[in-house]
Amino acid sequence: MPSDDYKQYVAMDRLPSIWCPGCGNGVALKALALAFAELEMPPDKTLLANGIGCSGRVGDYVRCHRFHGTHGRTLAFVTGIKLVRPEIKAVCLLGDGDCSAIGMSHFVHSARRNVDIVTIVINNYNYGMTGGQFSPLSPYNVITSTSRSGKAEPDIDICKLADLAGANYVFRTTIYHVVEMKNYIKEALGKKGFSLVEIVSPCPTYYARYNKIGNIIKQLEWLKDKFIPIEEYNQMKDAEKENFFWRGRLTNRDLPDLYQHTRRSRG
Amino acid sequence: MKKANVAINKDLCKKCAICVHFCPKEVFTIDQDGYPLISRLDKCTGCRLCFLRCPDFALEVETELDD
Amino acid sequence: MTIKKLLTGNDACTYAAINAGARFFAGYPITPATEIVELCSELMPVYNGNFIQMEDEIASIAAVIGASLGGAKAFTATSGPGLALMSENIGFAAMAEVPCVIINVQRYGPSTGIATKFSQSDVMAVRWGSPGDHSLIVLAPSSVQDSYDLTVEAFNLSERFRTPVILLSDAALAHVREKVEIREPGELNLYQREKPSGPVNGYLPYGTLHNNVPVMSNFGDEHILRVTGLVHQESGYSSDNSQIAEELVQRLARKIDNYQEELPAPFFYGRQAADLIVVSFGISARASLEAVNTVNSEGFKAGMLELRTIWPFPRKKVKELCSGAKKILVVEANHGQVREQLISCGFPPEKLRGVNKQNAEVITPSEVLLALKEENS
Ligand SMILES: Cc1ncc(C[n+]2csc(CCOP(=O)(O)OP(=O)(O)O)c2C)c(N)n1
Ligand code: SF4
Ligand code: SF4
Ligand code: SF4
Repeated sequence: MPSDDYKQYVAMDRLPSIWCPGCGNGVALKALALAFAELEMPPDKTLLANGIGCSGRVGDYVRCHRFHGTHGRTLAFVTGIKLVRPEIKAVCLLGDGDCSAIGMSHFVHSARRNVDIVTIVINNYNYGMTGGQFSPLSPYNVITSTSRSGKAEPDIDICKLADLAGANYVFRTTIYHVVEMKNYIKEALGKKGFSLVEIVSPCPTYYARYNKIGNIIKQLEWLKDKFIPIEEYNQMKDAEKENFFWRGRLTNRDLPDLYQHTRRSRG
Repeated sequence: MKKANVAINKDLCKKCAICVHFCPKEVFTIDQDGYPLISRLDKCTGCRLCFLRCPDFALEVETELDD
Repeated sequence: MTIKKLLTGNDACTYAAINAGARFFAGYPITPATEIVELCSELMPVYNGNFIQMEDEIASIAAVIGASLGGAKAFTATSGPGLALMSENIGFAAMAEVPCVIINVQRYGPSTGIATKFSQSDVMAVRWGSPGDHSLIVLAPSSVQDSYDLTVEAFNLSERFRTPVILLSDAALAHVREKVEIREPGELNLYQREKPSGPVNGYLPYGTLHNNVPVMSNFGDEHILRVTGLVHQESGYSSDNSQIAEELVQRLARKIDNYQEELPAPFFYGRQAADLIVVSFGISARASLEAVNTVNSEGFKAGMLELRTIWPFPRKKVKELCSGAKKILVVEANHGQVREQLISCGFPPEKLRGVNKQNAEVITPSEVLLALKEENS
């Protein structure tokens, strides 16, 4: 296996990153760079677009084309880019808040339009950049800086939502499951249409501290124990399911993407 | 026989100890400054999990040794 | 070939955009701009361009900015409530230096106001809708012909200055039908953004400046592009260095404000060195001109200044042309947003008479005439 090829996608000279020790963002960045390298993607035909947040800074450490717009709107910007430059492989890497709160409508509509974008959501269950407030994806009852006595609202499963909206590919994994993460990012990069890879990720500085999960090691162990393969999860009784989360591939299909739709309508 | 070489770049390492705790072969210990220390390289299988999990590009594993 | 056609203001803007080379439109329907959205949905595929109806105006301007960064000339059209939603991303385009054109067809506001009715009350909103110090360009047409000509100009200026350009139309102009001379692409002076030509390795997207404007590549080109709304270095990577921030923000203003002679200059009509000068813009400028012509035929000494570039406000020209006047009438269908600019130019408020209207109807020549006669007596 080539060891150094991934470095052509990483701005090594800009490291160390701004992220806290143990933060999952760097792990995801490396998995992405490795996937790029294994697919030998030309940097000038590769675009990494980010949301606003800690995860949004991933683009500060890449060597391919890089876009960093406004909070929540990345997918709408990239929809425009993809319509005029369909040959670009676009990856949108978003935080859970960016994608599911302020950016929720663009997320649903991008999946519905089946825009040819690989969307990676780094779900650290909170707003890291602004100090650990809850997001729509933070589980019910968890402690955050805006839910000191437990989050009162239910959360939402963006994987199911993307599937329902029309995405071609949906996969969920965690930062602990590094090999799987890289392999399925690679699989998503090989697809046309809208792909979602949700990566549940540790935020040691806020989420873990507020919820007394312990240090980064404990968090990764928690991810390892709690996230079980979707096939196993589906066999479980409902009461049992409450203690676990599923990971794995939810959707894999080949519906026409937005570009094909717009060209077809021209006859 | 040595299967791999592991190198840590202290300029990039943030001492999170992820590599230390999740190495299946317990190759690392922690030195007095908190950095990972490569203590049992002979046990290393070259699985590269430490490399993949390091959040800070501080750790490299070389597996194609030609000795 | 130049052809003559009977068109509405909205149609004229759309044809002008296409003839100026626009091949991407993203929008969201809103009265009184909807016809532009509809016409683009028909025309863009014919010209091998892209039309997309987005989920809201935030997404519309975002898609436009994205398309522009992909190398297309791109635009959107909206009205007050949609303009408000676009504000954050217009500021992004100013910061990241992305050419784009926004046709803002003013309607009666604030808020939903009266959707179908007229006003000229977005003068400040187009300038300061987005937070932070920045400059941008706003042009105001006064006829359907002008809607055509200034839309072409809007694309040229956005490419030349790498900045958002807003065309300030209105509900009256949008729907009035007038004869227009359509100059086709062959006869138009069209400006294309400059592209980098140097080595690919080590290319800095914000590193080479021509007249303070960076020579930037497009996404997908071999020169790697990096774009962010954060303060950024020449490389396009973010920075929180205070010196870099100051230099960047000052350049964003300088690159436009110091080149105002390239922007459409105001028209001056009537008597030079007049005692009475009317300052107006957009469709109100037509009522004003008619009134000025009438009083001049009756022996008055009145002049008339029609602003075509509204922002940056043409302070120098306005001062030059109005300094001798005893009284200046500022005719606008709002509470006095342009009049404020004349005050900031140093004209004493008592010299400035606002002729304003806020009842959702256009200002008529007789209303201006009345004001002129009162001032002359
Ligand atoms: C319009 C707007 N509202 C609010 C903010 C402030 N803000 C910056 S990042 C952020 C949340 C980031 O959370 P998430 O998307 O989960 O990313 P993370 O930082 O956890 O990676 C917010 C609310 C902003 N930049 N823009
Ligand atoms: S605050 Fe959380 S998400 Fe942000 S860098 Fe630190 S650990 Fe990562
Ligand atoms: S390569 Fe595998 S065995 Fe070797 S040190 Fe890293 S984690 Fe341990
Ligand atoms: S995982 Fe990386 S950053 Fe963390 S201790 Fe090991 S080498 Fe250092």
